[in-house]
Amino acid sequence: MPTNFSRRWLTGASAIAMGVSVALAGLMPASAQADTTTLTAVMNGNLRSLDPTVSTAQIVRTHGFMVYDTLLGMDEHYQPQPQMAEYDVSEDGLVYTFTLRDGLLWHDGTPVTADDCVASLERWGRYDSTGGMMMGVVDSIEAISDTQFVLTLSEPFGHVLQLIAKPSPIPPFMMPRHLAETPDGEQIPEQIGSGPFRFVAEEFRPGDRVVYVRNDDYLPRDEPSSWTAGGKVVHVDRVVWQSMPDLQTAINALGSGDIDFIEQLPHDLAQVTAALPNVEVGIVRPVGMQITGRMNHTLAPFDDVEVRQAALLALDPEEMIQASIGNPDYYSVCASIYGCGTPLASDAGSEWLFGDGRRDRARELLAASSYDGTPLILLQQTELPAFSPQPLLAAQRLREVGFNVEVQSVDWQTQLNRQNSRVPVSEGGWNMIFSAWGITGIWDPLISTVINASGTGRAWAGWPVDEELEALRREFASTTDPDAQQSIARAVQERVLEQVIYLPMGEYDIVSAWRDSVQNMPAGPLTLFWSVSMSD
Amino acid sequence: MYGFIFRRLLSALPVVFIIAVIAFLLVHLAPGDPAVAIAGDGASDDQIAAIRRSLGLDQPLPVQFVTWLTSLVQGDFGTSMISRIPVSQLILQRTEPTVVLALYAMTITLLVAVPVGVLAAWKSGEWVDRLVLAMSVIGFSMPVFVIGYLLIGAFGTNLRWFAVQGYKSPGDGLIPFLYTMTLPAITLSTTYIALIARMTRASMIEILGEDFIRTARAKGLQERQVLFGHALRNAAVPIITVIGSGFAMMISGVVITESVFNIPGIGRLVVDAVLGRDYPLIQALIVLTGVLYVAINLLIDIAYAITDPRIRYS
Repeated sequence: MPTNFSRRWLTGASAIAMGVSVALAGLMPASAQADTTTLTAVMNGNLRSLDPTVSTAQIVRTHGFMVYDTLLGMDEHYQPQPQMAEYDVSEDGLVYTFTLRDGLLWHDGTPVTADDCVASLERWGRYDSTGGMMMGVVDSIEAISDTQFVLTLSEPFGHVLQLIAKPSPIPPFMMPRHLAETPDGEQIPEQIGSGPFRFVAEEFRPGDRVVYVRNDDYLPRDEPSSWTAGGKVVHVDRVVWQSMPDLQTAINALGSGDIDFIEQLPHDLAQVTAALPNVEVGIVRPVGMQITGRMNHTLAPFDDVEVRQAALLALDPEEMIQASIGNPDYYSVCASIYGCGTPLASDAGSEWLFGDGRRDRARELLAASSYDGTPLILLQQTELPAFSPQPLLAAQRLREVGFNVEVQSVDWQTQLNRQNSRVPVSEGGWNMIFSAWGITGIWDPLISTVINASGTGRAWAGWPVDEELEALRREFASTTDPDAQQSIARAVQERVLEQVIYLPMGEYDIVSAWRDSVQNMPAGPLTLFWSVSMSD
Repeated sequence: MYGFIFRRLLSALPVVFIIAVIAFLLVHLAPGDPAVAIAGDGASDDQIAAIRRSLGLDQPLPVQFVTWLTSLVQGDFGTSMISRIPVSQLILQRTEPTVVLALYAMTITLLVAVPVGVLAAWKSGEWVDRLVLAMSVIGFSMPVFVIGYLLIGAFGTNLRWFAVQGYKSPGDGLIPFLYTMTLPAITLSTTYIALIARMTRASMIEILGEDFIRTARAKGLQERQVLFGHALRNAAVPIITVIGSGFAMMISGVVITESVFNIPGIGRLVVDAVLGRDYPLIQALIVLTGVLYVAINLLIDIAYAITDPRIRYS
């Protein structure tokens, strides 16, 4: 082979090789965000609506704690603590003065003012049922300076601080006045909070991904983080909520390192997931969910308390929770309507839920009641596995004591729509449903919408009416003495179970999974993303 | 030809209008309510009623229909009731992954199905033919999610040749695109490979028995020219029909593949919209799917007219 040909050949080959290299480099993805720490999480549910004051959905509340801050936070001992503001209470307990801490800024760079907070509290009072109850005894809320406002009560109310600190639906998130003045029923048009993360509107793709970036202007408190109280120190640059409709896909993605965190694993896949390399499984939300059965109190036969009692006695809470959760490590059963292990938990009225001979009593009560054998309509939603088996099991147990039962299987949205309708059974109404309530939403008699027995539009579906129970709840609201609150809570629980306002059918844990590179995931009433750090 | 296209376009208008009416009625008469979806499962009657008022859902149905149709005629699909983002923006966000996936899957389908179908017809009755038929039955019968998980298990989690989930556009680079999108494209194409291979085989067997094929062979043409130059061209009309409707079916039926491989496409948007009872979004998606079918049928008609002049003169 001639030398000059060889040179030409080499030159040509080099040029081609360089060209191919450049082309390949162009085909490879750029690592523009190599230095950015991103935590990718698959949350339980899709974030579709964004207004944390309008929606009671848990995912929207979690979004709220990312973007917005609260005047007070709740610590792991269920105690309100200063967060955006310090507070001072007058000796008669009627005047609360809130002072905003220095340096608080909205995400658009403007300072947080007392005027904004007053407007935010007023909006919250129009949406949240307990907020509305509190506002009913508020004489005035007035800003007295840019950083101070005064809330004055017309009569004693024992839960002002607890309600302002609550992580339960709906928390009083602070937002700029122009957003707080959004007309009722409408969602706020933009996401401007003062929380530890900023919402990236340009990257929001509902049903696909939600992106948050660290708010570099956020000034965390000095105290250690405890639930929603204390210092919210953010160690990651970005948090991405990646939607994955199929949990098996999410588990595959966790195993391959595509994502870092799954908020809620199906209980039956927890062990399989734990066996994956570099993956840990555990509980980051120490307060779980309660399986909740509800009867329609406005329609026969459950407008008769004896029929309701017969139905309650026919059901075994342990059996009901086992039907969906299976693994006893992940569920507990207790009489408390406030959640097992919460400050107000007790065994008051437990004879309605536990003990021998309950089914025999159920048969006797049903025989003596007004029940005429008309079929009960039980709605069974088929999408959410935690409470889809219960209607089938309940139907079987109710039939065994003499009820005539028809189970109607529907999708979740259809159940929601039907459960909010008061029409008779012949027009699509219902007699019994099952759902699940987060313990944060039921942990005291005031917060729990499930036991609202006013029969009004502020009550949850089923609309029970019980004046004695409502009187007890009002007494609880006005009492400031913790011991008295405890004893009223017991009386409320006894009344709820005796009148069968609803059926508490066991409590389950939220089991999460994360890569071992995710460290210091904080415990909280919801999944929280401050304090988390990522190792290499 | 232009007159032919114009007549076809004109006849499509009433179809689109009927689709719009049906879409509106289906969505509004089905159980469910976006106000409930927004308010969440713990909401009270009062909260839901306030949201319904703000969304205009307390208006009579005919008023809501006229409002929606007026906007639709002006090209405005409205705003999502749930996320408050314009519907057109939501659909545009999700169009690329679905179209890219469908094109990739259709490319694989054509590259595999047509040669395999021709081969099976050529070797009709022999073991190759029987193998193709057997594989077609399996490919057509096996649920898409089973194929997806089997491929993920084999080539994703075990061999690690491909990604287990996610979406990369061709703009992210060819290698990341192939690494991420090959398994979903194969999954999606399996059914269509089976369908189009069978259709090609049947159509080719019919044509291969015609006199002009015998004449072509008698003239001494190579078998490759006979098969692809004469037989396949004449067998093309029914194959084009299946390919055209298959592409529309891919776009509108891609939801399971998108869910298994976590691809943020139109299929998942449809499911989310239905689960959230997001009326404007569901209506827009139904209308656009209808328009897609109408457009693809129009293209098929045009393809017929090009391949068979008798059609455009009839």
